[in-house]
Order: sequence, then C-alpha cells, then structure tokens
Amino acid sequence: MWNIALRAKELSGCGIAGIIHRKGELIPGEMILKAICCQYERGNGLGAGFAAYGIYPELHEYYALHVMAQNKQALEKVEEFLQKHTFLNFQEPIPTKKVKTIKDPPLFKRYFVRPKFDEEEAEFCDITAEDDRMVQLVMEINEKIDGAYVISSGKNMGVFKGVGFPDEIAEFFRIDEYKAFIWTAHNRFPTNTPGWWGGAHPFTILDWSIVHNGEISSYGTNRRYLELFGYKCTLLTDTEVVAYILDLLIRKHGLPLELACKAMAPPFWMEIDEMPEEERELYTAIRILYGGAVLNGPFAILFAYNGGLVGLNDRVKLRPLVAASKGDLYFMASEEAAIRAICPDPERVWAPKAGEPVIVEMEEGVIPNQKSYLKPRPAEVKEDALRIGYLPPLLFSSK
Amino acid sequence: MPLELDISRLYYSQVNKIIRDYIEKGEREFIIRGVNGHRYLFAGVSAEVKVELYGTPGLDLGAFMRGPVIRVFGNVQDGAGNTMDEGKIIVHGMAGDVVGYAMRGGKIHIYGDVGYRVGIHMKAYMDKVPVIVIGGKAGDFLGEYMAGGIIILLGMNTLYPERPIAGLFLGTGMHGGAIYVRGKVKESYLGLGLKPYPLDGEDEKLLEKHLKEYCEDFGLDLSEIFKEDFIKIIPYTHRPYGKLYAY
Amino acid sequence: MATPQFASFFPDFYIERIWEKCIKCRRCVRECSYEAHIWDPKKKTLYEDHTKCVGCHRCEAMCPTKAIIIRRHPAEFREHALWTPWFIKNVYKQADQGGVLLTSTGCALPFKNYFDHLVLDACQVTNPPIDPLREPMELRTYIGPKPEALEIEEVDGKFRLKKKLPPMIKLEVPIMFAAMSYGAISLHVHQGLAKAARDLGTLYNTGEGGLHASLYEYGSNTIVQCASGRFGLHVDYLNAGVAIEIKIGQGAKPGIGGHLPGEKVTEEISKTRMIPVGSDAISPAPHHDIYSIEDLRGLIFALKEATEYKKLVFVKIAAVHNVAAIASGIVRAGADAVVIDGLKGGTGAAPTMFRDYIGIPIELAISAVDKRLREEGIRHRASIIASGGIRCSADVVKAIALGADAVYIGTAALIAVGCTMCQRCYTGKCPWGIATNNPELIKRLPPEVAYEKIYNLVKAWAHEIKEMLGAMGINSIESLKGNRDKLRAVGLTKEEMEILEVKHAGE
Repeated sequence: MWNIALRAKELSGCGIAGIIHRKGELIPGEMILKAICCQYERGNGLGAGFAAYGIYPELHEYYALHVMAQNKQALEKVEEFLQKHTFLNFQEPIPTKKVKTIKDPPLFKRYFVRPKFDEEEAEFCDITAEDDRMVQLVMEINEKIDGAYVISSGKNMGVFKGVGFPDEIAEFFRIDEYKAFIWTAHNRFPTNTPGWWGGAHPFTILDWSIVHNGEISSYGTNRRYLELFGYKCTLLTDTEVVAYILDLLIRKHGLPLELACKAMAPPFWMEIDEMPEEERELYTAIRILYGGAVLNGPFAILFAYNGGLVGLNDRVKLRPLVAASKGDLYFMASEEAAIRAICPDPERVWAPKAGEPVIVEMEEGVIPNQKSYLKPRPAEVKEDALRIGYLPPLLFSSK
Repeated sequence: MPLELDISRLYYSQVNKIIRDYIEKGEREFIIRGVNGHRYLFAGVSAEVKVELYGTPGLDLGAFMRGPVIRVFGNVQDGAGNTMDEGKIIVHGMAGDVVGYAMRGGKIHIYGDVGYRVGIHMKAYMDKVPVIVIGGKAGDFLGEYMAGGIIILLGMNTLYPERPIAGLFLGTGMHGGAIYVRGKVKESYLGLGLKPYPLDGEDEKLLEKHLKEYCEDFGLDLSEIFKEDFIKIIPYTHRPYGKLYAY
Repeated sequence: MATPQFASFFPDFYIERIWEKCIKCRRCVRECSYEAHIWDPKKKTLYEDHTKCVGCHRCEAMCPTKAIIIRRHPAEFREHALWTPWFIKNVYKQADQGGVLLTSTGCALPFKNYFDHLVLDACQVTNPPIDPLREPMELRTYIGPKPEALEIEEVDGKFRLKKKLPPMIKLEVPIMFAAMSYGAISLHVHQGLAKAARDLGTLYNTGEGGLHASLYEYGSNTIVQCASGRFGLHVDYLNAGVAIEIKIGQGAKPGIGGHLPGEKVTEEISKTRMIPVGSDAISPAPHHDIYSIEDLRGLIFALKEATEYKKLVFVKIAAVHNVAAIASGIVRAGADAVVIDGLKGGTGAAPTMFRDYIGIPIELAISAVDKRLREEGIRHRASIIASGGIRCSADVVKAIALGADAVYIGTAALIAVGCTMCQRCYTGKCPWGIATNNPELIKRLPPEVAYEKIYNLVKAWAHEIKEMLGAMGINSIESLKGNRDKLRAVGLTKEEMEILEVKHAGE
C-alpha cells in the first residue's frame, strides 16, 4: 500500500523511491522492492540499491559498517585496520543469495564497531567526537585500502547495493527479509561514471544516505569545497558529495536542515534581493559562505537519517518532485500518478517548489539514536589560526 | 578639562574606537597614559584635537591623520607620522626609522635623534608644505625621494656625538623640497643631483619661523641654534634620473 | 662630426602615402603627436619621418581619404635566427643612448599562453545545457574574507543570522578594472572606467595617482590604491572607495616601483600627486615601511584603523617564482583579497627586460596560490583576484575555474577605448588620447565615448560568460569556482597539468 516509484523521465534514467513511517513502525522490504521494480526498465542493469533504517535494533549502539571487498586480502586489511582503530563487537558476512545473472559479486561483510581513541583524546570522547572519528576511519579505509569500500557506516541502518537490476540486487541481498521504518531505493542508469558496485546508490556517511537522480554539474567545485574540510571523494561519482555536504552543513556546522537544503539549492539573487531585510541578510550569507556547497545541475534527491526523510530537487526544477501522505506514512515521488498507483487514496498530495525541501521527521522518542535537525545548533569551528581581531591576553586580562 | 585615559590594558583598536567616540561627542583634549607599543594611535583621525601621550607609542603613530596635535612624553617608534596630512607630532625624546614617510602636510618636531629613512618621499603643493625638525642626528637616507617639504636637521641634542650629523645617501633621489642642515655635511654623502647652497634671505626667514616654533615647543633658546651656520641642500634638477632610459 | 645614431637609420614602420588619394588637408600632421608627418610650407607638400612613426595607426584611421597605410618597414636585415631585428635595434638604441630600454604594455614574448591550451566543457545529453537568455544565470560574486560557518538562531519560528557578516564587496560581474593611475591614463579614461564600473555593478581601481575630485561620486565602485609613492593618499581618499589596494608589485615589472615620467606630470597631475610639474613621479621599489611580512601586517592594519574597519584591504603582488608562499603570508597578514598580477600584465612604463622576462604566467600562479591557501585551510580568509593577460571572456572563465574569485582587466579596457598597442605609453604622447595628459590629446577621447566602449565590452563578456556557464549546465558562477572538471588541457606536459590540476583532453 505504501510503495512508491519515482520515475525519471529525462536524460538519465534513474529511478528513486522513499518511504517513512513517522511513528517508527516497520515497513517490510518487499514493499520498497515492488516500488523500485515496477520501473525497472528505467535502469540499465548497471546499478541498484536500498537503504534501510531500523534493521539492527539489538546492535543500535554500534556503527554498522557494511564493507564491500574485491577479495579476501582486502577484507583482511580492513579487519586489521578495524582491530587497530575500533572496538569490534560483532561481525558477520552479509547474508546473500546466489543470483544467476550476477557474476562474480564482491564480498560483503558487516562489522559493528565503536571507534577507539588515544588516551589523551579519550576525555573528549563524546558523541560528536565519535562521529568525527568514524568519518575519518571510513575515509581512510576508502582511500587507502585497495579494493575495499565501506558502503555504509551508520547506527541501526545499512545499505545494500550493487551492479544489477533492482530485483536482482534485492534477491542477492535478501531484502525481503528486512523490515525498516525508513526505506529508500534506487534504480540506476549510469552516465558519466562507470557502472561498478561502489558506484551504485545509496551513498552514505554515518547514517546519512542519499539516492540521487540527475547529474551534478558543479561536482568539481563541490569536491574541492569538501576537501577543505577533510572529506575525500573516492567513489568516482557526483552523488557522494551530497552525502558529505549534508554531513558538513548539518552535523558539523549546525545549520538547520531547511537552511542546509537552501545552501544546496539556493534561491536566486533576484528573489533574495526582494526579501525583507533579516531574511535577505540570512540568504545572502548562505550564498556567500556556501557557494561551494551549491548543487548545480538537474537533480532530485532523497536523503534519510535516523529520524527523517527529506526530498529536494534543484532550484529550476529540472527534475520534478511530488510528495504525499497518508496517516503516518509519507511518500516522495516525481509523479503524482506514481504515488496514486501504489497509494490510491493519499490524504494529501503536493508539489513542492523548486529548491524547497520536503522534510519529514519522525515523532520524538520513537526510535533509538533518534536525530532531529530542524533546529540550528552551534557550529564546530576551528579557532581562528590567523588571530585577526585577536586581543592579546596579557594586555587584556583584568581591567 | 582634558579627558584622561589610561590605556595600559587596552588593545590599540579599542583605544582608537574610544578616542573616536569621544571626538564624536565633542571632546577636544586628551591626556593618555600607559602608552606602550599601542600601534596606529590617532591613525586616520580627522579632527583638531590636542593630545598628550605618556609612554612609548607603537608603529605608525598618527598615520594618515589630519589635524591632531600630539605631544609625546617619551620616544616614538618606527613610522610615526606615516603619510600624515595635517596636524603636529612633538616628541620629547627620540624617534625610530621611517618617520614622516610620504608626509603631505603638518609638522613633526623631534627633540633628539632619528633613525634611518626619515622624511622620505615627502610631498608639497602650493602652501601645503610638511616640515620635520630634528634636534639630534639622522641615520642614512634622510629625505630620500623627497618631492617637496622641509627637513631641518640640527644635530644638537644627540646621544651619538661620534656620528656624523646625517648618514649616507642624504636626500638621494630628491627632486623637490629642501633639507637644511646646521653645520656641514660631506658632499660624498649627498645623493645624485644634489648640491649644498648657502642660505639666502628667504631661507633665513623660513628657518627662523620654523625654529622659533620648535624652540617654543621644547623651551629652547633660538639664539643658541643660530650660533652655527646652516646649509641648504636642494636638487639642481627636477629629474635626476631623466637620462636613464633609451627609447 | 656628430656621432651617428644607428637606431635612427632603421625605422620600425613605414608611412605609405597614396598620392592619388591625398588631398593635402594636413590632418595627418595634426593627428600625429610624434611629428612623423611634416608639412613643407614652401613646397606645399607633405613628407614623412619614418623614424618617428610608432605604428599607432592614428593617421591611417583619421585620414579623410584613406590615403595612408602604416606598414612594418620593408627594409630587412639578413635573416638570422638568433639576431633578429628586435635584438639588433635594441643594441643600437642602447649604444646610442646608454640607457635602460623602456617600453609599455605587458610581456611581448611568445611564452606558452596557458589559457590557449585549456579547453572548456559543455553538456551533451546526460545533463541539460541552460539557455541564459531566458533562464536565470547568476554572475554575482562577493569579494572579502568569509567565515567558515554561519551562526544561525531561531526567533519566533524564523531563522536569522546570529552575527552579521563582515563587510564584503558585491560584484554583479566578476570582472573589475585594474589599477591604472590618473597620470598614466587620462582623466577621461578614468571617468569612463568609473561610470562603466557603476553601471556594470563592478569596481575600478584608481591606481596610485590619487583621485580626481570629479570621481569621488563613484566611491562605491572604487578601489583606491596605496603604493609606495603614496601619491594623493589622504584620509578622504582612503575613505573614498570600498577597498584599499596595497600595491606591492606589478606583473609587468616585478621587483621595481612605479615611474611616471616627468613628461606626463602636468599641472593637474602635480596637484593630485603633490610633486613638482615635470618631475618624475617615483614610486620606490619597496614600500619603505614594509621591509618584511610583519610590516605588511602593520600597513594593512594601519589602513584598517584609519578607515575604522569599513574598507577591505587588498594586497597586489606580481606573480613570481614563490608566489604561493608569498600569497599565504599575505593572507596571514590580514589581507582581505590577494591580487596576483601575472607575467603578461600591462603597464604604462616598464624596463623592457622586466616586462618580458620577470614573473610567471598567471594561470600557473592562480592554481598554485589557490592550492596553497586551500592546503593551509585559509582559502576562505581572502579572495583571489587574477590579472595580467586576460583577453577575452573565455580567459575569465578559465581563471575562475582555476581558482580565482574575480579578475582584473586593464589592457583589454584600453584596447576597448581605441588603444592599438603601439607600446609607447611612457612618452605621454598617446595620439589616441588614452595614455596622456596633454590637454589637446585627451580631447580625442571624451569620457562618454570611453564609458560606452568599456561598458559594451564588459556587457558582452558577461553575456558570453553566461553562455559558457549555461553550456556547462550551471546557472551560477560559484559552481565554476575551482571547478577543474570543466577544463581539459591540450598540448601541455604532465608537470604543467599537475600544477594546473587539470586532465588532458581525452582523459
């Protein structure tokens, strides 16, 4: 009943879909599977994937690393690395099924870990520090260990993706055996980047996961911007930058979700110029500071985290976006017809404006590690290394 | 009543802000104590105010200023009166390097010695003529690139009796203005295109006017200064380097 | 016997008069400020002194019957790959006069021009190009230091800034006019630049010659310059613009100061610069209050204090070997923007050896500086403004893709007002009325004409930039900044590509 299919009609043929239950009730995997499969002719068999939230309730305190490896040696290196840098609570191969059409799949394993800290670092070891450390470790594995990639690293969530049609990938990963309170799915028609297992969507960092339809023409700029903050883009695809931008803007810089979306798909200067003063100052500042985070080009994305699902499209609506709701279930799609095909009687159907995010957060306190990003939070900013406007303490101490 | 401030625990940007605020409110006289290394005091201030500073001000005292009369009870560091436009700096002590760089107007009176490159690139137009009077001796490159203005060097109140009154390359590149020196300088110390001349009547009037004011500032005896003869150093060409190029 | 002047035996240009067309109106005599055309009142005829012709083509353009053609002088030396006429004649000149070879404009040697080895990208199928005529396309750019992150607060359910941003300068088009002083160029050109800057929403730069009273009204489109000569520099001047540029160096003559020859120091110039009429206006090689990087910080903050932190301070340097480290020092000293002027940057007067052989190409410098500032985590602390050899809108696009925030154009603006690149600005006799203060010559270029030409040029370039952005599938200039994906090299070595951080075409 709550399946949804987002059909892409234009130049690249990806399809995306997303469902969330606001009270945290679990949605069976076969639903999202149906949603994405009913438009499988939009892909070309070179990529499909799923993100599922709420699938590891018993291990929700641990970062669940889904690791993809080309061979055993690569996996061993990952394990050696994890032994050294993390507390490893549990590990197992990700259950897969033989699928006739999928030849030579990589190896998949999942590890449930918490990062280790050096002694002097340990005292600062709060949640943020753990998250930062985890990001660092994931970056390091992806960059330095040949043939191994962490495809997801959030708590109580995981990504299943690969080269194949969605039904093949779902069968391979046994998606029908999972239940989740948020699902996103992707069916890929790769264009500029090769069809390889790591290049399939969703892309993730921590519990952020992204599925994306379109092409980000500003990739080169976004990538360089992210490098300033230590993010390394290693997966040869433009979608990866979206995940890192979200992590930077929301988790690290403390922007409320809505403004982070505005940074990625900002209003035009002509709109900003006509805003009332306070709003104009705010949006001018967003554009000036976050020019490197603007996603330019046609896109529709769905991104999810432990607690919410967001839909966003580009600022000139080169991709359509429709949202609908029924009770506690929320859907997002590019076509109203697609929504009605799986949910014939939604209570509300609306077409968001270009660049206007659709944000659906779960009710407070319904899931573990629940996150909410609706409010602004103080930014984590490094101390000003240049000491400009700095008052020397000796001169300034006691008056 | 002058406004008294102790700035020993303030940063220069705070001091200047406070001063500007008071000037804005109409305050015209300041006594500032606890000065030590504060940079840019009165930089860019455009107002006729009287100031007494106690201590050692930092870099660029009175830079770009237009109008303030600052009396410093202490020595001044490098760059005092940098590109100063109008006003006056009176120093009851000695001064560092590059004092009065590119000065456009106003006066700097220094009781004692000055460092290197003092009064370089001074300018003048019509009756806007900057003046530097140095009671002691000067380092090398005094008046380099001078395009206008007056430097008067007395060589009297000095810590360095063994040194010559002015250093090497005196007025090098000078193409306007005049340097008056009490006593004599070696011609080999002068820059290209310069010559020492004896004073004429106009010069004497001019010197008397400026030195009278100088003596009033420091309570000195004018006749004592005139006990020795002055020479005047000016360029004999506007274009000392006019023949430098091949076209 | 007088010493022979070898240089005068071999003129560079040849004035060809087509006698069938010539009506002896003597217009050429009046137009030529170099006196290459001569009227013989006795014989009632015209003759030419080819040695005086600088190849400015003024007479050719103004001749009412089109009876004049200016050619390279046909007399040739015997061919020699090493000793070309250029070197032979330069040796003659110096042997004749014993002086430093002087010239104008930017580097004239055919060093590899990296802009010409970079090609741009366009969308085909996988993402749509954008039509800039009918869809929004944004070139607005902000210059100045930017905080790393915003502080936001929520009041009555609305988000707003917790702390306002520091002052910045808004440009509607990322092309500014480079420093050219009143003195080096005529007041009319300055007036044209100022008005064009205002109408285009960008900035022009006064250069170091002070600011003429008629130009104060363009303050919000003005950058004032503080160079080592400190000409015309007073509180009103510092406060007149939106930014103050400390000129450390210039691409056309790195390591030496400015030099306005006495020929150009007229009464008006003497007044704004406060130096005697006819004397050379010398800007020393260094600022004598800056002998080290900590002194630069001293001057930056002296200017900021003097202007109560309302103005941005730019620091302009010539691109030299160690440009990246120098730029980093400048940013750490507190500059709000670093201006890098490359090898090809122009000038009104420079020794030929400096113009042609000192400095590095701007393309390599932009990439190196951007990289260094990024590596040090201080890129957001200052904008990068690139200048020197930007000839067309594609050069602007490439400069921004290499990491610049905006560019300066100087020579291009002068060509727009009629400059023919004769490279004799230093004589003060510019027959086109551009690089002169001669009251008769400057009438040849009225301010309205200068304005119109400059305005048209930048308007056209802005449109071309929008077209190129649209073709790349992006609709605002910030998505071009540092975007190496949009560039590919053609015919560059591996090292060059590494420095530029670009791939080769086909990769």
